[in-house]
Amino acid sequence: MLPLPIFEYHKPRTLAEATGLLAALGDKAMILAGGTDVLPNMKQGLFEPEHVVSIAALDELRGIGFTRDPGGLEHLVIGSGMRLSEIADSLLVTRVAPALAEAAGLVGGPHHRAMGTLGGNICLDTRCRYYNQTYFWRKALGFCLKKDGTACHVVKGGAKCVAAASNDSAPALMALDAELLLLGNTGERRVRAVDFYTADGIRNTVLRPGEIVVRATIPVVSGRRSAFEKLRKRGAIDFPLLSIAARIDRDPEKRIRAVDIVVSALGARPRRVRAAAKVAPGAAETGLAESLAAGAYAECKPLTNLDEEAEWRREMVPVLVKKAVARALG
Amino acid sequence: MADEVMKRVGPPVIEKTPGSGLVGRRTRALLAPRVTGQVRYTDDIHLPRMAWGRLLRCPHPHARIVRIDASRALARKGVLAVITGKDMPERFGIIPWTPDEYPLALERARFVGDAVAAVAATDERIAHEAAELIDVEYEILPAATDLDTAIDAPSVGLGRSGKDNVSKEVELEFGDVDALFAASDVIVEGNYYYEGSAHAPIETHCAIGQYDKNGLLTVWSATQVPHYLHRELSRVLRVSPTRIRVIQPPVGGAFGGKSEPFSLEFCAAKLAMLTGRPVKFLYTREEEFYAHRGRHPMRMAMKVGATRDGKLTAVDTRTHIDGGAYSSFGLVTAYYSGQLLTLPAFAQGYRFKSTRYFTNKPPCGPKRGHGSVQPRFAFEVSLDKIAEKIGMDPFELRRRNLVEANAQTLNGMRVTSNGITECLDKVESASQWKERRGKLPVGRGLGVAASAYISGTNYSIYPNAMPQSAVQLKVDRSGVVTIFSGQSEIGQGCDTLLAVLVADELGLDLGAIRVISGDTDLTPVDMGAYSSRGTFMNGNAALHAAQQVRTKMVDAVAEKLGVTPGEILVTRGALCVAADPSRSVPVTRAIELAEGKFGTLGAVGYYNTPELGGDYRGGTIGASPAYSFTAHVAEVSVDTETGRVDVKRIWVAHDCGKAICPTIVEGQMEGSAYMGAAEAIFEEHVIGKDGLHLGPNLLDYKIPTSLDVPELIALLVESNDPEGPRGAKEAGEGPLHPSIPAIANAIYDAVGVRIDRLPFSPARVLAALRDKRARERPGEQAAE
Repeated sequence: MLPLPIFEYHKPRTLAEATGLLAALGDKAMILAGGTDVLPNMKQGLFEPEHVVSIAALDELRGIGFTRDPGGLEHLVIGSGMRLSEIADSLLVTRVAPALAEAAGLVGGPHHRAMGTLGGNICLDTRCRYYNQTYFWRKALGFCLKKDGTACHVVKGGAKCVAAASNDSAPALMALDAELLLLGNTGERRVRAVDFYTADGIRNTVLRPGEIVVRATIPVVSGRRSAFEKLRKRGAIDFPLLSIAARIDRDPEKRIRAVDIVVSALGARPRRVRAAAKVAPGAAETGLAESLAAGAYAECKPLTNLDEEAEWRREMVPVLVKKAVARALG
Repeated sequence: MADEVMKRVGPPVIEKTPGSGLVGRRTRALLAPRVTGQVRYTDDIHLPRMAWGRLLRCPHPHARIVRIDASRALARKGVLAVITGKDMPERFGIIPWTPDEYPLALERARFVGDAVAAVAATDERIAHEAAELIDVEYEILPAATDLDTAIDAPSVGLGRSGKDNVSKEVELEFGDVDALFAASDVIVEGNYYYEGSAHAPIETHCAIGQYDKNGLLTVWSATQVPHYLHRELSRVLRVSPTRIRVIQPPVGGAFGGKSEPFSLEFCAAKLAMLTGRPVKFLYTREEEFYAHRGRHPMRMAMKVGATRDGKLTAVDTRTHIDGGAYSSFGLVTAYYSGQLLTLPAFAQGYRFKSTRYFTNKPPCGPKRGHGSVQPRFAFEVSLDKIAEKIGMDPFELRRRNLVEANAQTLNGMRVTSNGITECLDKVESASQWKERRGKLPVGRGLGVAASAYISGTNYSIYPNAMPQSAVQLKVDRSGVVTIFSGQSEIGQGCDTLLAVLVADELGLDLGAIRVISGDTDLTPVDMGAYSSRGTFMNGNAALHAAQQVRTKMVDAVAEKLGVTPGEILVTRGALCVAADPSRSVPVTRAIELAEGKFGTLGAVGYYNTPELGGDYRGGTIGASPAYSFTAHVAEVSVDTETGRVDVKRIWVAHDCGKAICPTIVEGQMEGSAYMGAAEAIFEEHVIGKDGLHLGPNLLDYKIPTSLDVPELIALLVESNDPEGPRGAKEAGEGPLHPSIPAIANAIYDAVGVRIDRLPFSPARVLAALRDKRARERPGEQAAE
């Protein structure tokens, strides 16, 4: 089988030890959470860290619960070390943030969810059919601009990497207006999920070297409903060909207050559908799913970065948006 | 072809009496180690001082090797040796007439992934790293990476003459095809395309070579054909076969993908000889896709005629086959693409022309249902189209054209037992076809298809007059009987089959049976696990041996009890007087009596086929001592918004002659139907224009997950073949064939679109649905 290259393995016991270690090792180090993505990528020569820092033993990254902020607002807090299966099965997450529970439950297969963590999924490397291959294959291709090469094979002549955000949690966290707590050796900072991802396929997050995602905080808002839909060829295992989160806020009189739709697995950055932001408070529910679907279709144009059937994927955007909205309204 | 007449030896017929009653019973014996993880596969073998090998593969679809410089690799610490094509400049190939492969490419590499050099190192990681340090200078040559280029650009010169890309052409005609078409009321013409698929066994290829101080070369390999490997190792390495032993440990899935020699076996042997250390090669998942030998892409233009009352008149087929870089079994594939279509329901006239082309792609070969799955798809869909045109139920159309039992096919194949009628009846009734078809809601549909397949070929690949299969029995005084068999246990259950047959003959329990198989030093020659030949040929050989031992036991017991041998009955655990069962001798005592009377007990059994086949060139290819028969009904649900086809259920009725181990037969039926459904909906082995595999891994190449597998309902049909062991025929490949067309026909029933190109992906189905809606728009209808 493909052997792992040689690296030095570290397993810090505390978060402080981990951030200190990461700061000391600099860009020679890579964080290992569940390992379901990092290890295969290392075997394919996509990641070549000299040091691997496992954060699997950090209790500070564990836990799901509620907190109240100084303003009295309630938040759901999920530690980044929580396994995806734990999030999918959590009653708290299922009640407050169903889109995230559904997204976590649709990642990979049961084994991936039992190993993979929320933090790992949040930081998942972007994917492309010309990138997620072995060294031999990529060499035969002539490499690509994301790794070892200079040319883009998706957009001929393209200078910008269009590898796709493929983490199912990302659109859910964005639609749910989550905030991420990032911790580095020099201190912590809070970044909204919608600001966390960038449109650069080579590195699509604002995470700085040495920083760890500690937890995600999701506001608890009464009258908020959400749902998640995923497009893939098979019933399990596959990365998304589309992943879509829908959020609908209603006031106590059940009138629409706000809507958000986030579509991912298009390019490097999950896309917030503009048509959703334009939905006015008090908008009618009838026809809402259809108009959001039409808006999403106009805005979302999948590339041939994940498979050849970009046209089919585009046609599936409105189908899935409609389903997600209908379930969120339901 | 070897049309020379050969003297055939066959076993004498020995009369039957009832045995221990194991045949046809459900048993778990012998299978437990495999399903509980105790079985040791080739990669589980670790030998002292064992080194690791790794192949360097060509990154170009077609290139001349100008120069290979291994000095950087050899300078790497831990590297033991590097070999190139020049170290083994001998062609090999599974078909003696088309040897065209070198263990390592000698002058030209012919596809992305063709092996050009091999390295041995002290561990696996160093071997992988060292292979990258071998410098190869290539001169890039024009390539044909698809069928059209192979046809249109003969100058690429991949064929034997170097003047074209043709691998094999077959053209045969039976009956007055043109006249029969002229007399037809309805003719259906279609263009069908199958893109190709891979076996995707869970165990990738693995081999270990060991060369001891006596000069004995031992090769362990995950192969289906230890005997052929033995021969080819001897030829290519130029080592006497008396100095080679091939051991085939239990194999973790093969499906035809391990039925010929591969680069790693030669390289493991050669590097072991050079370094004096055992050397192991284990293919990565990616390399598995390059070794390939998967199902051929085929483009089929098929024309089928019929009369208004449902009598098939003639079939005319032009097939272009994409063979990939080497011949493999391609000569047979070209014949099979036409020859195996004439059962179970066929026409009175048949013409087919099949041309296999070489392309700069991983070589295609035999995958479960070799050569005939693709044309079966085209033909059974054609029948569905005809049935619709003449307004006849598709079951009825097939029933009106069945070849009978004890008959001859249009192309001269002898048919003995034939349970197709019962197969059709069973799936029709189990699926409630009559009650449900046409009455299901939109998006739900039922489809039917039928097929037949060989139980081994009477033609033994390399011509010889010796038996095709043999078994030796060693009988111990304790009551243990050891079966030595050359068959390859690849998970299909052939060891269990032999144990049941022998135990049943001798009145023993399965616990008293040991099976030793797949070791050229220990076991007699068997051709291997391919062509669905195991049950029929190996089973007959085992019966032949067991019956000899039984005769001796019966004689000894008869003498002891003072009766004639004809009065003795073999039962479970004892031999008794048939008319007075109270007079009996325990079976272990019977063994002792026989050993006392006749000397040490043992026997050799063997099987060879009768002479069969049509009296024309190629007439032996497709000839088999018995044919199995299958019918499927598939039920699908089609999502008209996404184009997704969900195969809900497949009813599989299969005539296996006699189910000696019914649970294993059902497993084969379910596994076959599953594999066909996977090819119908998901699997597609695609090589891009640049010669690169589109995704040589199990994320990109979509084998179904457990959530994607339909409910499979196996319905056994037993026609009791007169020549099969206890009436048995094959069950490993036949039940795959109807899967694809049954699903295609069900899709048509569900939503009214024909997808004549595989796989039936959501994008393709959605596009077809859109075309249909466009055609049905009122404006356009009026214009027609």
